[in-house]
Amino acid sequence: MISFALFNYWAVIVLMMVGFYALISRDNLVKKLIGLNIFQTSVIMMYVSFGKISGGTAPILIESGGHGGDGHGVQVAGDAAHAMRDNAEILYSNPIPHVLMLTAIVVGVATLALGLSLVVRIKEAYGTIEEDEITRMDNAA
Amino acid sequence: MLAPIAALINRSGPAWVIATSGAWFAFGAAVQLLRRVMTEGMIVYSLGGWVAPIGIEYRIDQLAAFVTLIVSAIAAVGVLYARTSVASEIEEDRHALFYAAFLLNVCGLLGIAITGDVFNVFVFLEISSLSAYSMIALGQDRRALTSAFQYLIMGSVGATFIVIGIGLLFVMTGTLGMADLAERIPAIWASGDGDRTIAVAFTFLTVGVTLKLALFPLHLWLPNAYTYAPSAVTGYMAATSTKVSIYLLLRFFFSVFGVEFSFEQMRLDAILMPLALVAILAMSSVAIYQSNVKRLLAFSSVAQIGYMILGISFGSVIGVAAGIIHLFNHALMKGALFMAMGCVMYRIGSVRIEDMKGLGKSMPWTMAAFVGGGLSMIGVPMTVGFVSKWYLLQAAIKGGNWLAAVVVVVGSLMALVYIWKVIEVAYFKRRENDDPIEEAPLSLLIPTWTLVAASFWFGIDAGTTSDVAMSAAESLLGMMQ
Repeated sequence: MISFALFNYWAVIVLMMVGFYALISRDNLVKKLIGLNIFQTSVIMMYVSFGKISGGTAPILIESGGHGGDGHGVQVAGDAAHAMRDNAEILYSNPIPHVLMLTAIVVGVATLALGLSLVVRIKEAYGTIEEDEITRMDNAA
Repeated sequence: MLAPIAALINRSGPAWVIATSGAWFAFGAAVQLLRRVMTEGMIVYSLGGWVAPIGIEYRIDQLAAFVTLIVSAIAAVGVLYARTSVASEIEEDRHALFYAAFLLNVCGLLGIAITGDVFNVFVFLEISSLSAYSMIALGQDRRALTSAFQYLIMGSVGATFIVIGIGLLFVMTGTLGMADLAERIPAIWASGDGDRTIAVAFTFLTVGVTLKLALFPLHLWLPNAYTYAPSAVTGYMAATSTKVSIYLLLRFFFSVFGVEFSFEQMRLDAILMPLALVAILAMSSVAIYQSNVKRLLAFSSVAQIGYMILGISFGSVIGVAAGIIHLFNHALMKGALFMAMGCVMYRIGSVRIEDMKGLGKSMPWTMAAFVGGGLSMIGVPMTVGFVSKWYLLQAAIKGGNWLAAVVVVVGSLMALVYIWKVIEVAYFKRRENDDPIEEAPLSLLIPTWTLVAASFWFGIDAGTTSDVAMSAAESLLGMMQ
């Protein structure tokens, strides 16, 4: 199971590199943005993987005693987390990363929207969205 | 006491009056804040009454208050300047949007300075960055669009790196509060279990933040963005956004990871110092060959960022203090220089050196402001530039680093060359055609001269800034013990 447990992280790394490669190598501005978005999404997946405890349930208060008495209010996947737990029957997944990622998704959407609107205006101003052609036009000017 | 943020978040109301009152209110609050922090020490404020590890808290120490003051002061002056400058450079129907973006940017930058939660840093960082991209894209030249796009791509990659770093830290420590992180990281590092994750997190954060602050060689977005952005935006951004990123760097290196970790275990100085030295030399020499003055100043900004990083990379109290002093001083002088260029842009519609012939005569006040800022850039005594270089040299000599000392001096000489280039053309060349050029309007000159005057004032009365900077540096370095 251990090797399989890291499957998520492999996926994260693959996605991250796919996105990063597209971001660097493509000349088309829209494709660049897509790369950027894949890159950002991989981070979201990374965070969500952090939060999952295998066998853990959704973090809903099931009974008053089940609301773990840990002082930090934060639990992390892994052995340390199990040790820290004072209530072993109910395992919760850690909700914090999910909450953080909601924010990150919003930021990602905003970035993408702004990027796309810039692309539209670049298209209006230059008549193309290929980076090499734009560079050529700028150098000629 | 946290009024600056609240006021700015609520008032995205799209008019100059609102922007001005917001900015000045923030400035007033920041002055009060700095006073109180200097006398009473750190202020901690928990949002919504939730105490730190669970809720988000604002922590304001000397450095945070100082940076808040810089940002809000420049914003207050910048917004006065913006009115006339924006009116001439941006289309009428976009003015309201510009002021909204401006306020958002101020809010983001102030938020970064006062927050005590690392994820909150990311959120504020993106608020300020996104509004910065859109402000740059308002430039007249169509190249403003491409440079905004370039900045967006690089800035987002930097921000994503920061998120990855924060995520890795969170996994290892289970907390997002800066104070908590600072407590738990050394223990995890010492236990040897998961130290690699911490090291990787550190690397991601370093690269991400240096991308944002345009440390050589990650500065590629900066010259274009500064050159093609509207003048008011350039003046404001050059003085604030990179400064706040440097603040962020200080926060992560010193408050979160701690000096010992950053400098002894990760050997940060071994990377930062060469980069800073190369930045100073390479970027100053590139600046010498620019024919567009805004671009020239942008490259010189990258070089000046090198000075700040150099100060930080000494890792000593006086070095960090020198970095912080230069952060403040550079904000004043670069703001003044870019604003002077904005005046030129307003009257002659160009900032190329060859178009500036004879301006010393036709726009005496504007060019005098440029000379004032330029003297400070070179580091002539009685200006702020001298104060920061003095501290930097002291730090270099105390650390026994003669190479750094020499580079600081050489860098100043190169600044003399590129500033002189402009002055020579403006004062000693005659204009070919005789169409009269008027002095820039007072609404532009007053803010510009406020900054110039401030740069002389704090050059003569250096005690105030250096006291604040020293106490900020001491508290940063002392946080470990």
